Amino acid sequence: MSRAPHLGTAERAGLLAWKALCLAVIAFLLAPVVVIVPLSFSSSSFLAYPVPGWSLRWYGEVFESAEWARAFRNSFIVAPAATLLATVLGTLAATGLARARFPGKGMLMSLLIAPMVVPIVVVATGTYLFFARAGLADSYAALILVHAALGTPFVLTTVSATLQGFDTNLVRASLGLGAPPLATFARVTLPLIAPGVAAGALLAFATSFDEVVVTLFLAGPSQATLPRQMFTGIRENITPAIAAVATLLIVFTTGLMLALEWLRGRRTG
Amino acid sequence: MEAGALREALRRESRARTLRALALAAPLALFLLLTFLVPIGALLVRAVDNPEVARALPRTVEALRGWRGEAAPPEPAFAALAGDLSAIDDQAEAGALARRLNSDASGARSLVMATWRALRAPASEGNAAVQAAPPAAGARAPLLAIDPRWGEPRFWEVIARNGARWTPDYLLAAVDLRRDAGGAIAAMPPEQTVFRAILWRTLGIAAAVTLGCLLLGYPLAWWLATLPARTASRVLILVLVPFWTSILVRVAGWIVLLQSGGLVNQGLLAAGLVEAPLALLFNRTGVIVAMVHILLPFMILPLYSVMRAVPPDYLRAAVSLGSHPLQAFRRTVVPLTWPGIGTGCLLVFILALGYYVTPALVGGPSDQMLSYSVAQYANVNLNWGMACALGTVLLAVTLVLYGLYRRLGRAELAP
Repeated sequence: MSRAPHLGTAERAGLLAWKALCLAVIAFLLAPVVVIVPLSFSSSSFLAYPVPGWSLRWYGEVFESAEWARAFRNSFIVAPAATLLATVLGTLAATGLARARFPGKGMLMSLLIAPMVVPIVVVATGTYLFFARAGLADSYAALILVHAALGTPFVLTTVSATLQGFDTNLVRASLGLGAPPLATFARVTLPLIAPGVAAGALLAFATSFDEVVVTLFLAGPSQATLPRQMFTGIRENITPAIAAVATLLIVFTTGLMLALEWLRGRRTG
Repeated sequence: MEAGALREALRRESRARTLRALALAAPLALFLLLTFLVPIGALLVRAVDNPEVARALPRTVEALRGWRGEAAPPEPAFAALAGDLSAIDDQAEAGALARRLNSDASGARSLVMATWRALRAPASEGNAAVQAAPPAAGARAPLLAIDPRWGEPRFWEVIARNGARWTPDYLLAAVDLRRDAGGAIAAMPPEQTVFRAILWRTLGIAAAVTLGCLLLGYPLAWWLATLPARTASRVLILVLVPFWTSILVRVAGWIVLLQSGGLVNQGLLAAGLVEAPLALLFNRTGVIVAMVHILLPFMILPLYSVMRAVPPDYLRAAVSLGSHPLQAFRRTVVPLTWPGIGTGCLLVFILALGYYVTPALVGGPSDQMLSYSVAQYANVNLNWGMACALGTVLLAVTLVLYGLYRRLGRAELAP
């Protein structure tokens, strides 16, 4: 429809305006991510343009700061642990529920993906009350468990979607040829749904890695994660150090995203 | 006979398959029960939980039964209160009672703690007087001697009102209602109403953000749908970069853009469009712009997936038959994308309702949503009853909309 010789000038102008709008929306989406990167190399103490000179001092500051080091370490303890838990539980449930038909399945599915929908502050308040009573407030355990719960719906939905295009005859063939069910799962099903499992795991990782509200409620200062540390930084003392951490995070999450796109391509193609 | 046996075997097989499915789903279900459902249950219970007065002052509550607050409290209530307070051994329990009463009647904390200390102090004057007074003489005078504020009926009213183990008061207060002296549900006096306004503000911000996402997302999604698949997936990556970037990174980016010396204001000033920098941050504008940015991918993705299934031939056919392109678009494409519009809008609206971080960082005090009130009551006022009641309201609104979303048919939330 871009080449439509019968269009009049007004219509052509309309098409042009529409394309300009689309480009503007893309610029809007990218702008806040793009503007933060150069500021991380600023020599100024203010998070603002114009940049008076370039330096790596803010990266130095971040790498030498005990608080940021702790935040990086905590994020890379909590997110992988939560991802592992969410991936195992979500994949098991998805393979079980994929082709089963029983009354109440819709209800069960709604419940299992509810962590995606319930407002995060409700989850944070409830889990704080519950885990504080269990003596687990200010602990890694509580944080990992709740982050895992928030990630499971992503694994469940992604793996379920992958299983919809899965040929069950392969499983029947494997079982019919005498392979035990567990071996069939490990050597036939799992390799075929692996891209879906990995995609779900990446989404679960991103969920935990970017989570701040539950962390604000449940974590003590010694469990502060990166988003938590950034939240405090933006609120109290916003410097280009925030931009330096943001740039590192952009590089990291863009890598994760490209990995996910690659997995998607493999799954569909 | 054989058909019957076959049917039986099939039934057994299907039952076995269901059991296997449930066994595989059980670990996740149990895990979510413990880490998610029970905690939310704890929140719901806490919204109506009211143990302090019933536990600490059982005899006083009993003595006040039937008292409506229209006259001075009955004489036995004074003796019962003195007895109940003397029976509290633990400073923490007295403190919990004092805090609970104070949240409904200011001044109650110091009153209860002072009275408790006076009654517990060995051989103190007040203690001796109350203990020594024969029941007939009453405990009224000695209690008033410890603190004359025991003559004010409002403290007694609070004790009487909170005598039951469970209370609807927090939930009522969360929607600006209260029980009057007679126990009937009535509106909160206008100068004390806050939460309905915050609820309306929450719904209003969510609606504005949804509309913003639809206006920006719809044209872009259609453009993506008309592109060849290869190009579309490349452009889609540009949409997904912000989607994957941490919300805090994006909020920091918006602060750089919108602050009074920020890039947007610098651009506007340089272009001569404004004389002085516009206030774009720490107000409603900042909140809506940042939230539209964060939620836009959730609108684009469902729209895009629906639009991919709309054959572009329809539009071409309509245009070639002489329809004006805009008219043709409105009559062919828009009706076919209603499901995508519905799911996208509901999804964005539901997600927007629960926002806390973005308004907290780029909004002003009058731009905070319901989640902020929950966090404020939980972390600052330490009034967990109120926090949980507001959380219950937020949860109820969200679940009603989520039910609607499920009914629309597309269960898949994952991008």
